[in-house]
Amino acid sequence: MSADTKQNLITQNTITIDGQEIPFQAGQTIMDAALAAGVYIPHLCHRQGLTPHGSCKLCVVDIASRSASSHNSNRRLQAKFAVDADSRSASACTMPAVAGQQISNNTPALNEVRKTITQMLFIEGNHICPSCEKCGDCTLQAMAYHLGMLDGHFPQFFQHREVDASHPTIMLDRDRCILCELCVRASREVDGKNVFAIAGRGINAHLVVNSASGKLVDSDLETSDMAAHICPVGAILIKEHGYEVPIGQRTFDLHQVSEIGLEKIILTKARQPDE
Amino acid sequence: MSKIRIATTSLAGCFGCHMSFLDMDERLVALLEHVEFNRSPFTDIKHCGPCDIGLIEGGVCNVENVHVLREFRDNCKILIAVGACAINGGVPAMRNHFNLRECLEEAYVNGVGVVNPQIPNDVELPLLLDKVHPIHDVVRVDYYLPGCPPSADAFLNILGDLLAGKEPSLPNNLLHYD
Repeated sequence: MSADTKQNLITQNTITIDGQEIPFQAGQTIMDAALAAGVYIPHLCHRQGLTPHGSCKLCVVDIASRSASSHNSNRRLQAKFAVDADSRSASACTMPAVAGQQISNNTPALNEVRKTITQMLFIEGNHICPSCEKCGDCTLQAMAYHLGMLDGHFPQFFQHREVDASHPTIMLDRDRCILCELCVRASREVDGKNVFAIAGRGINAHLVVNSASGKLVDSDLETSDMAAHICPVGAILIKEHGYEVPIGQRTFDLHQVSEIGLEKIILTKARQPDE
Repeated sequence: MSKIRIATTSLAGCFGCHMSFLDMDERLVALLEHVEFNRSPFTDIKHCGPCDIGLIEGGVCNVENVHVLREFRDNCKILIAVGACAINGGVPAMRNHFNLRECLEEAYVNGVGVVNPQIPNDVELPLLLDKVHPIHDVVRVDYYLPGCPPSADAFLNILGDLLAGKEPSLPNNLLHYD
């Protein structure tokens, strides 16, 4: 077996993330492959099983070369020229894995960009954690901890968006919505209901309810729906179930956001907060 | 060696951050061998003199807050925004959802049990700003100590780093916003 063929076998259907070789199956995104291999790429709007969305941009990675060939001479050429020139940033959740991709993920530069994105999310809404029922169970907050965010850096927008408390068991605080569309997708793709949508343009984009009145009470959203529990922040809340978990036992008191497979724990906890 | 001078104040704060500072309990004794307090709710000093470190609790909600904050910035080499309110306005900033007149009328005119309803307007009283602001909207801030309130350990950590001449860093287990 020549050196070239051997190289071919190794790089076939693998990508490299921070120097670690990771296998992937055709059709998988970089995010899919990374999560399957136990490699954490920060994300807020991604959820396994739902159509990728690409809005939060936290999963941004640098791809040194999408066309890195297994051919040795070519590789040498690329090492010489391509590292910076060919490097591009992409969302890992929407970018298909392609054999030979050299991906940077957990780097100080990318984490700094991610921190800035998280700060933008914090100042854009009214994220007053001390008064939020989702505090300690909030993925956005846990992400900010993970990235070492100390402050919002930018001026607060102090948005004023409508609270919808019309539904008997579920409420909507749009001030905390990060437009991840997890509820939109969960409702359409899992619950088969189409309760939510995003309307408006630019900074005025906001979560709307697909009912004639626009009110949650007139939708067919039920407490048992995935859409009622999937919200990663405190925007969709189950009424009368706030502050049930003692401080110290909340999801992110016990777990790091970077743990793989945490989504299941979060969802279970959201459905049965006392467990 | 002369002691490090620290000034503290509470603007639109609840004094919870100061209480949390005092939560360092007997460790305060050791700290006081290295620091002395200038203007602070802990002392009787009326105006901030030249200081090494200023700890600011609370957001900015009225004109007096602005004056005090500027006095601290002018006199403190290092200004630290302490707690959620100083950092992003905190819970008091929830009044930014309402206009100021609505808030004042609810409290002083239409409130239940109000006698002689009128919005206070004596010149002695500082006027409220139309919005509650984080302190970095008004002055430059050097460091942020998050939490509502930050723990005594977090205070010790940031002061320890500064006393040691190091760039402050907050370990992950002390980082929280609630």
